[in-house]
Amino acid sequence: MSIASVFDVALVALILTIGASAILVRTAFAAVVMFVVYGLLLSMAWVRLHAVDVALTEAAIGGGMTGLLLLGAVARSRSVNVDSVRVGYPLRLAAGALCALVAAGLAVAIFYPPAPVPTLAPMVMENLPPSGLGNPVAGVLFVFRALDTLLEKVVLLLALLGVWSLAPDHAWGGTPGLQVYARPDPTLIFLAQLLPPVGIVFGIYMCWVGAKDPGGAFQGGTVLAAMWLLVIVAGLQKAPAIGRLWLRVLLVTGPVLFLAIGLAGWVFADAFLAYPAGYAKPLIVAVEAALTLSIAVALGMLAAGPPVRAQQQ
Amino acid sequence: MPAATALEATTADGALLVRAIILPVVGILLSFVLGGRYAERIAAFLLPAGLCVACIVFLKIWQSETSLSYIVGNWKPPLGITLRADGLSVAMMVAMAIVICLIGVFAHANFDSRVASVETRAPMVFWVMLMAISGAMNMIFFGGDLFTLYVALELLTFAAVPLVCLDGRAETLQAALRYLLFALLGSILYLVGTALLYGSYGTLDIVLMSQRVQIEPATLAAATLMTVGLFAKTALFPLHLWLPPAHAGAPAAASAVLSAVVVKGSFFLVVRLWFDAMPGLLSVAASQFIGVLGASAIICGNIVALRQKRLKLLIAYSTVAQIGYLFLMFPLAADPLHLQYGDVLTGGMLQAISHATAKAAMFMAAGLVYAALGHDQISELGGIARALPMTMFAFGLGGLCLIGLPPTGGFLAKWLLLEATIATEQWWWAIVIVAGGLLTSAYVFIVLSRAMGPPSAPLILRAAVPKYQEVAALGLALLSVLLGLVALGPIDVLQVGRPEAPMAWLR
Repeated sequence: MSIASVFDVALVALILTIGASAILVRTAFAAVVMFVVYGLLLSMAWVRLHAVDVALTEAAIGGGMTGLLLLGAVARSRSVNVDSVRVGYPLRLAAGALCALVAAGLAVAIFYPPAPVPTLAPMVMENLPPSGLGNPVAGVLFVFRALDTLLEKVVLLLALLGVWSLAPDHAWGGTPGLQVYARPDPTLIFLAQLLPPVGIVFGIYMCWVGAKDPGGAFQGGTVLAAMWLLVIVAGLQKAPAIGRLWLRVLLVTGPVLFLAIGLAGWVFADAFLAYPAGYAKPLIVAVEAALTLSIAVALGMLAAGPPVRAQQQ
Repeated sequence: MPAATALEATTADGALLVRAIILPVVGILLSFVLGGRYAERIAAFLLPAGLCVACIVFLKIWQSETSLSYIVGNWKPPLGITLRADGLSVAMMVAMAIVICLIGVFAHANFDSRVASVETRAPMVFWVMLMAISGAMNMIFFGGDLFTLYVALELLTFAAVPLVCLDGRAETLQAALRYLLFALLGSILYLVGTALLYGSYGTLDIVLMSQRVQIEPATLAAATLMTVGLFAKTALFPLHLWLPPAHAGAPAAASAVLSAVVVKGSFFLVVRLWFDAMPGLLSVAASQFIGVLGASAIICGNIVALRQKRLKLLIAYSTVAQIGYLFLMFPLAADPLHLQYGDVLTGGMLQAISHATAKAAMFMAAGLVYAALGHDQISELGGIARALPMTMFAFGLGGLCLIGLPPTGGFLAKWLLLEATIATEQWWWAIVIVAGGLLTSAYVFIVLSRAMGPPSAPLILRAAVPKYQEVAALGLALLSVLLGLVALGPIDVLQVGRPEAPMAWLR
């Protein structure tokens, strides 16, 4: 057994253990911590499967952002002092049965694969050069299936508006309260001063490199959002009021540019969301840059939650 | 769906399909920047524009009797995405666009964003989400790709859930959360199935899929997961638990759009999946099982509706029952011996459309009753028919459509389904259809007789009801009645793009 396979077996065992303990632990807080660890381990598994793009996304969104949102939910439910609700056995059984059903479906698919596994990967690689991109994932997201990518960004905006809609009427347009996450203390403030310069450079790099290598707008945007949140939670900067014009403009910049370039394709190329020959790469990099900003702001505001205080005039 | 050949290309006027999807997106982005005070004005411009596009697409397809398609970015499937509009999609698109526009008229009274000097919460959220729902529905009708359809489902979910808890009461928040959990569960099951199908066939395009698909374990597992997920989103019995509190607790305009429009999106995807992506794959046993779920929904939903004390809850449970009829399509159309396909599909789609118009009218009427009385207890409705005659007339007409009395659209839909039960010798479904109609008439008449009875105490109206709201409700109710007349004309459009011969009995 080579070292690599020992590592793989150990990794799988660890993932299973952490996954089980995320279900078995008693408190919500512990479960969320387990969930975050689980996400990080999964991203290592994706690296082992040579799916670095998936690994980055899993670490950034699956472990990081989702973990943060869940921690916020735990903290909020504590602050309003909800009596811990015991989940009844029928519900547990139903959840277990459903999970078993999904697992069985996946098992069937994995144990009986079609003889030659069909894939579009060669076709993607063959058609990638005209766009000038080096990363096939970016090619799928911004060239072949650009419509899906564009509309997913609209979904993100709707999700944000959905979170905002939970605000009390008088606080609409005001600022979110982030105190649920942590009380500012010296260590946190120190970290919030130390990490962002590095993080911001890293986030921009992830976006820039996404055209050629693993990375891209979503991963880069998540890193930027994390840095922004760190500064806000540490109390060095206030969360913006949701009614601010600059905030709204930043939120839609990415989708608007994407849509505008898509519509321009009608005139300058031959179809909606087609790029004129020779200009594909610069246009895509521009869209990715704008999307990175929009995603960073949207994710940051999602984690910040609904506004709680009216805006001070 | 048309047979895809290597030559499939963007058809003339195919760009209309892109327009139908992009218009609402532009509206959403504009509303974010200009702010909620302009959201209603933007919607007031874009929703009718969407209706115009829908009508043009409808006329083109009706006249040319061929489908439209548009290849996005000029990348053909399997690499790229194709948008396709066939008879089913345009019929649903026009119907939903009309319903959404009339709901917009009705909602002006409750979500007027122009009165306030600053952006306010409910109008901003309502109008943006209404535009999002119209865009998502168009995408569901045109999407020719299973993953694009997933994105459309997500758009629909994230637009629909916040509408449930717009008024912010604790119980509506709880209902919204439950809806969100069911809907996300449905999304994830659909997504897993999509991934499995891609793994098996190397394409997500519906037409390519239909040419490659065959019965094998992975495909059946994928199809099951996707179908269960879509059932949860459509609130098919027994996955309907989220629907009554969510639809009954929302503001009237939101209830109307949720009950009339949103549940039809995931239903449409079930139809696409089994009739277009995997034609002929549904086994007799599985189709009978879906039929049993539909029949249980009809019986249980109607009986529970009969026992309700509040009008909005009654209407919500009646939605659960009416959704059941939609799924009777499957055992009736999947019978291998008597391929009746066309008529049954037409019946199912007509049921979806007539329910949309009738139910939107009934929820609007209930909302007006609530606004006038300050409650919606059925036992204390006495005198309301005298105070709000037009509203109760709209409610009654909608009720007639749900029962299935001629000449309503509900009659035509149920008639087509009944005919199919006889033609395919599956009499047991006929019993369910007739029993469902009887139960429905029971609760419609209970409400109407209460409303026409004398008030127990002198009736004091708490608020005057704007005339245009009553007119919007009545307009939808009249539409649901007149829908029966489509049998004389444009009903053929539903068959465009289907290989089967058009309906013989109407000729």
